Amino acid sequence: MVSDERLAASTLGRGTAYGRAATAPFRKLRAFLYRHPFVLVPLRRLLLAVPLLFVVSSLSFVLVSLTPGDAAREILGINATPEEYAQLRRSLGLNLPLYDQYWNWLRHAFEGNLGASFLSGEKVTQVIGSGLPVTLSLILLAVVVVAVLGVGLGVFSAVRGGVAGRLVDAASMLGFAIPAFWLGLILIVVFAVKLNWFPAIGYVPLTQSATEWIRSLTLPVLALAIGGVAGVARQTREAMLDALNSEYIRMARANGLPPRSLYFRHALKNASIPVVTQLGLLTIALLGGTVLVENVFALQGLGRLVVGATTQHDLPVVQGIAVVFTLIVVVVNLLVDLAYTLLNPRVRA
Amino acid sequence: MSVAAQAVDGVGSLAPAAAGETPRFFRRLLRRPLAVACLVYLAIVVGIAIFAPIVLPGVASEQAGDLLSVQKGPSWHHLLGTDTLGRDVLDRLLVGARPTLLGVAEALIVVVLLGIPFGLAAGYLGGRVDRSVGFVADLAFSIPGIVLVLMVLSVYPGSMLAGMCTLGILMAPSLMRVVRSATLPVREELYIAAARVSGLSRSYIVSRHVLPRVSGPIIVQTSLVAATALVVQTGLSFLNLLVSAPAPSWGGMIADGANVVVVQSWLIWPPGVVITLTVLALGLLGDTVRDTSAETWSAALHRSTPRRAASALPASPLRPAAAPRTSDSLLALEDLSVSFATARGVVRVVEGVSFEIRAGESVGIVGESGCGKTVTALSILGLLPANGDVAEGRILFGGRDLTGLPQRELARLRGKEIGFISQEPMVSLNPVLRVGTQLAEYLRLHQGLSRREARRQTIELLRRVHLPDPELTAMRYPHELSGGMAQRVAIARALAGEPRLLIADEPTTALDVTVQAEILDLLRELQRDRGTTILIVTHDWGVIADLCDRAVVMYAGQVVERGDIEPIFVDPLHPYTEALLASNPHNFPEAERLPTIPGSVPRPGSWPTGCHFNPRCTYATDACRAAAIQLTRTGNGREVRCNRYDRECVEA
Repeated sequence: MVSDERLAASTLGRGTAYGRAATAPFRKLRAFLYRHPFVLVPLRRLLLAVPLLFVVSSLSFVLVSLTPGDAAREILGINATPEEYAQLRRSLGLNLPLYDQYWNWLRHAFEGNLGASFLSGEKVTQVIGSGLPVTLSLILLAVVVVAVLGVGLGVFSAVRGGVAGRLVDAASMLGFAIPAFWLGLILIVVFAVKLNWFPAIGYVPLTQSATEWIRSLTLPVLALAIGGVAGVARQTREAMLDALNSEYIRMARANGLPPRSLYFRHALKNASIPVVTQLGLLTIALLGGTVLVENVFALQGLGRLVVGATTQHDLPVVQGIAVVFTLIVVVVNLLVDLAYTLLNPRVRA
Repeated sequence: MSVAAQAVDGVGSLAPAAAGETPRFFRRLLRRPLAVACLVYLAIVVGIAIFAPIVLPGVASEQAGDLLSVQKGPSWHHLLGTDTLGRDVLDRLLVGARPTLLGVAEALIVVVLLGIPFGLAAGYLGGRVDRSVGFVADLAFSIPGIVLVLMVLSVYPGSMLAGMCTLGILMAPSLMRVVRSATLPVREELYIAAARVSGLSRSYIVSRHVLPRVSGPIIVQTSLVAATALVVQTGLSFLNLLVSAPAPSWGGMIADGANVVVVQSWLIWPPGVVITLTVLALGLLGDTVRDTSAETWSAALHRSTPRRAASALPASPLRPAAAPRTSDSLLALEDLSVSFATARGVVRVVEGVSFEIRAGESVGIVGESGCGKTVTALSILGLLPANGDVAEGRILFGGRDLTGLPQRELARLRGKEIGFISQEPMVSLNPVLRVGTQLAEYLRLHQGLSRREARRQTIELLRRVHLPDPELTAMRYPHELSGGMAQRVAIARALAGEPRLLIADEPTTALDVTVQAEILDLLRELQRDRGTTILIVTHDWGVIADLCDRAVVMYAGQVVERGDIEPIFVDPLHPYTEALLASNPHNFPEAERLPTIPGSVPRPGSWPTGCHFNPRCTYATDACRAAAIQLTRTGNGREVRCNRYDRECVEA
């Protein structure tokens, strides 16, 4: 039998990387971690988040240093006096060396201060605070729609087979090919302009009215989710078919289990493992999708804010939103890892 | 890219013609109309991107068209109508292909330049290189791509090159991963090792031998990456971040239409449809390439298959001696024939099989692989694959014919009346459920126990199959068991319904020799203490000798001999039984060279006329090749399908 530690090491990947020089206390810690995957898995993900956040947050500093001109020039325009320019540079900290600038940003970031917009002078955290509820509502609703419809359709087509299966395959190809922002426009034309069922643009906060909140988000969520529904349905279908063709299902059937148990208890639990991974990747892709969909439906979320800031070269805002998006990705990955560990006993020691 | 496929390749030549695979692959690809359609469409789009700006030089810089006819629908003068500034939509669509595809190309070049070398290095070199590449890929997967591209674009405003190259860097890991995992199995192949030993340089081996073999997955992934890049490029141009006005781009044209979508929705359609079609073409191309390369491999796997078309099956001309039916027979197969619907027509795999098992008896079906033993066993449970069918004959279980029963009735029989044990214990248990949970489900189903009672009985069941520490075993997952333990659990599962008949399909084949003996002991104990009736399928005479009262020898879909095991062992009648016994390793513990039967079992659909064994039989005469042979009873109550006994003993 394979020892627990080796098993965990092989399934979790990089187990042997630290093996050779491990000292006694370290080895103990490692053994502890491999016995407790529910500690190990989030810990690994959080450790990975450190270089990730470093890369994302430092990138803008590096990029700016590579280009001529700076933020002070952007803010003042070309008509400012050299004195004004030098003073603003000092007050923005642009006269400091690059690593000092980054260090200052980092220090402030830890205190919850992500700087201020070059343009409006508004605090970046405030800007983010205004857009985050919109974006989170959009993403959460879209993920729910994708999970429910995608998994449902996938299971249905795998169990029914034949025409249903081919339909899901074709629909998922189409869902993959139609750009979300274009689909959003079509939805506006049909359901807002022609049928007048939903508002074409704008966002109503949940705190104001729950029904209006749902109504204002229905079309954007649909535009955002349909590609994902198609992808997840296809993935679920393939995973279900894999599971249903496996030896353990054949043997369970040979020993009398009824179809209901075979499909929903035995096959679906195995199929859910790759599907959960796919859902995680998809959620990250949805973050990118919100940028476009929020612009189509004029929702003042992070995506619309970041595009506005991009066109106006408002770097602190872009950078702040990038960090928030990265944090969201970290959280999503963490949840996916935990779900994966929960579903797949082979990862657990 | 299965091991089997490699093995087949390895037989022919040490180095499969790596260069030869590729043209064959493209020929196969071009035989698919869908692939051709995608390729033609993409070629046209690329052609337009190259030539349209040359043929229509004014379009890219045209600030405004006919301002008196803006936002018009299609007409003869403007086939696709005019945009918000009165410019011809068709012209702009054609000219706009260039910046759109240019952006895709920029991203794609970065992806390929980064993805392939790093992926090859990670897969081929392994170790530390692999881990570092994996780490960077993990990192890149966790970055929200579009936001990072936007960050770059805020520093380099309007620079498509910067934006798309950033996107390329972020997408490269997906190709890297695909190349890596495609390289891993190739590295292990014999001819690569041979190349290494013969001193070829690493870069030569990788570029000449590895790269061609992983080109299929590379094409698939690259087309998917291109599709994604196209969506992102059009999205960013929709946001007016990449292409500055007045130059047209597909995304920018949708943005133009979006501004007036309430009054004139037509304008979003032409660019949207073109984008969708292009993404669709790339996606479908990837799909067909994947299917084609899968087909290439499976074709390699079956290259040795004779391509003889199966002749229309005549109704079985054989009327075998009716199975002697006694009232106490628990299971009786009468003249059972099974056929499969395949691409080559209906193929008969089991022909006129008859035997019976009395309650409490053990019977073994023995023969080489491919003789129809397992199909016979599966047909009893109604578990033939979807294309398989009982063509003729009856399966009587407790006097009831199972062949006519609907699936629901059969399902009620499975596990409750007939238990089944397979040859692969490790994969026969559900990997994500605890052993105890799985067994409890069968107990509740078959015996109607409560949850609590089922849990108690589970432990009892595990104890009955002699698993050490049943409480602990019940808490384990299948991957935490050894092969022998897993087979005990599988036996426990088959016993959960207290079935009258246990069918065991090669129950010891996948196990170590010592474990085999233990499992056989367990089966014998069940048979002795509980009077369980056992039908065992095996190619191992040791198992037959150990466990069975009677044996049924099968060859190429037919029963060739059946009877009590002692006379069969002492004096085998059929030449096949004789040869099979002679090649039994148990008889020759010291032998240096095990006698083997020359030739191999003919595949269903290409059985020879006459006796199925005649091409491999040393006694074969013209009569054996002329007509089908009947199963005949010989003087001492034994039965054999062979001409040598037909004449001598038929009267007895």
